[in-house]
Amino acid sequence: MEKFSKVSSTAIPLDRANIDTDQIVPKQFLKLVQRTGFGKFLFHDWRFDQGGQQKPDFVLNDPKYSNSHILVTGENFGCGSSREHAAWALKDYGLDVIIAPSFADIFYNNCFKNGILPIQIPRNIIGELMHTVSKIEVDLEHQTIKYDSKIIQFAIDDGRKKTLLEGLDDIAVTLQYQEKIALYEKSHTL
Amino acid sequence: MRRILNVNITEKLLAKAGGKPSVAPGDIVFANVDKVMIHDVSGPGVIKVFDKLKKEGTVNVEKLWNPSMVWVAEDHFVPSAEKISAENVMKLSKFTKQYGIEKHFKYGMGQYGICHTLSHEEALVLPGEIYVGGDSHTNTTGALGAFACGLGHTDVAYVLLNGKIWFKVPETLYFKLNGKLPENVMAKDFILKIIGDIGNDGAAYAAMQFGGSGVSEMSVESRLTLCNMTTEAGAKNGIVEPDQKLFDYLASRGAGSYTPVYGDKDAQYDKVYEYEASELEPLVAKPYSPENIAVVRDVSGVELDKSYIGSCTGAKYEDLEAVAKILKGRKVKIRTEILPAAISIYKRAMENGLLKIFLDAGVTVGPPTCGACCGAHMGVLAKDEVCISTTNRNFPGRMGHVESQTYLSSPLVAAASAVTGKITDPRDL
Repeated sequence: MEKFSKVSSTAIPLDRANIDTDQIVPKQFLKLVQRTGFGKFLFHDWRFDQGGQQKPDFVLNDPKYSNSHILVTGENFGCGSSREHAAWALKDYGLDVIIAPSFADIFYNNCFKNGILPIQIPRNIIGELMHTVSKIEVDLEHQTIKYDSKIIQFAIDDGRKKTLLEGLDDIAVTLQYQEKIALYEKSHTL
Repeated sequence: MRRILNVNITEKLLAKAGGKPSVAPGDIVFANVDKVMIHDVSGPGVIKVFDKLKKEGTVNVEKLWNPSMVWVAEDHFVPSAEKISAENVMKLSKFTKQYGIEKHFKYGMGQYGICHTLSHEEALVLPGEIYVGGDSHTNTTGALGAFACGLGHTDVAYVLLNGKIWFKVPETLYFKLNGKLPENVMAKDFILKIIGDIGNDGAAYAAMQFGGSGVSEMSVESRLTLCNMTTEAGAKNGIVEPDQKLFDYLASRGAGSYTPVYGDKDAQYDKVYEYEASELEPLVAKPYSPENIAVVRDVSGVELDKSYIGSCTGAKYEDLEAVAKILKGRKVKIRTEILPAAISIYKRAMENGLLKIFLDAGVTVGPPTCGACCGAHMGVLAKDEVCISTTNRNFPGRMGHVESQTYLSSPLVAAASAVTGKITDPRDL
C-alpha cells in the first residue's frame, strides 16, 4: 500500500446518517472482484440516474469537489453489509480520509486494510467542516485537522496509525512477528 | 470497566480463545478461531486478497492454517444469476479443491443454503467456539452459545492463513425478556422493538446478549432471529447462553462433542434493558431503516404489491411453519414468494405438507438463496413497488430499485399481509 501522508483538499459534505455499504456500492457490483475500478460504482444510485447520466443535485457531482480527497459525513457511516468493496470504491474514487461522528465496526476495520483514514470526531466539529468551503488539511503524523485557521486533534490507535504512515499491509505486519508469535504460542499452551 | 469476577459469556469466550485467565471490555485479545465461513461474495474477495499477497511474495498463501475449520456456502447469487455469478461459483470450487476444503455446500448437490442457516442446520458451529465469517450477519450464530462475528475480506484472509485474529473485548448490553411471548408475537417483533429503542448504532461495537425467562422459553430458531438482527444495531456479536434446549437441537443435527462456556452466575453487564413479553405486539420497520419501527395496527391498511418470505432472518423451518399456519386454506392477494433458507428446510417443508399449503395458496416457492433480500435476483423490487418482507434490512434500494419500499416484519405478519394485500396484524385476520 502507498504510504499515507498529509491530505489537503476541499471536503465533500455528505450530510446523512446511517449511510450503509449498499449505498456506497450497490449490490449489483458485488459480483465483480477486481480491486481497482470500483470508484465508478461509488454511491452509484445517488450519482447516476437510470440512463447513466449524472444527477446534478448530488454533492459528488458538484465540480467544486472533483478533486476532493476528503469526505465529511454523518453518524454510523458504513453500516450494513460487511462488503469490503465499499472501502475499495471510496479509495479508488480518490477518497483518502472519511470524517464522521461514528463508524460501523467492520467498515472501520476495512478502511485501514485499504489505505483509508477514518476519523471519528464530535458532531459539532463535523457541522463546521461541512460548512468550510476552503481546503482542509489532515495530518496523520500529528493527528490534526486544520480548517478555517483552526486546528483540532483527533485520536487514533497507534498501531493503525503506523500501518497507514508506513503503507504496510496488515497481514504483512503481523507476519513480521511470526517467529515471536510462534515462540509465544509454545510457551503459552492452554 | 475492569472486572475479574462476575464475567459474562462473551468475555469468557474471548478470554479462553486468547489464553487469558480473564478479560474486560476494552482489552485486546489475540484469539484462536475455531470456524471460518466464506460465501460467493466474500469468497472471491478473499481469493483476490490471496492473489495480491502471492504477487507481492511476502506471505506464503500456498496452504491454509487448517482447511477443516473452514466451510464455504453458495448463497447470494445462486443458482447463478448470470455469467459473472457463475464464474464466482467456479472460483469457489477451484479454491476449495486447491486448499482441500471439504465442507463446500454446492447448489445442485444436496444440502446447500444461506451460510448462516447452514451454521445451525448442519451444526457447523458449536457452543464455546469462536466463529468468524465474511458476512455481517455472522452474528446470527451467537445463538448457539458461540462468539460469532463478521469480518471484511482482508481479515478473513488473515484468519484463513493464521487461524487467529485480534478482537477488542466489547461491552455487553443485556436484554432481558420476562415471560413468554404472546401468541402471534414472534422473536422478530422483539428484536425490531429493541432496534427501534436503541437505534441503528445503539449497540455499536457492543455484544448484545439475550436472556430471561422469555428467551429460555424460546426455540433455538427464535434465538437465532434475535442474534441475526443484532447487526442492524451495529453490534459486534449477539449471544444467548447455552442450555439443554440448544444441546438437544444440536444433537438432532449430529453435532460432535464440545465444551460449552457460560457466564458467571452473577455476570455483569454494561447496560441492562428489561422487557415484559406480555407488552410486546406485532411490529414492522418502515422504509428506509430497521430502526424506523411502527406497531402493525398503526400502519395496517398500507397497500402492498408483494410479500417476501426468505433469508437467514425469516425462512427457517419455524418461520415457514408460522406462515403455513396463516396460509392454510387461504389464498394470497398479492405476489408472494417463499424461499426456504436451506435444502434441509425445504425438504422438511415438503415432508410435512407445508409446500402444498403454500402452492395451494398461490405462492411461488423458490430455491434457497439470499435472493431478493440483498437485491440480487429472484424477485427484486421495481420503482415504487411496496413489499413486506421477513428479511433484515430495508435501506433504500436494498431489495431492488432505490425508490422501492420494504417493510420488515415477522413471518406471521408477512403471511397475514399476503392474504389481505395490506399490512395486517395476524390477530386481525
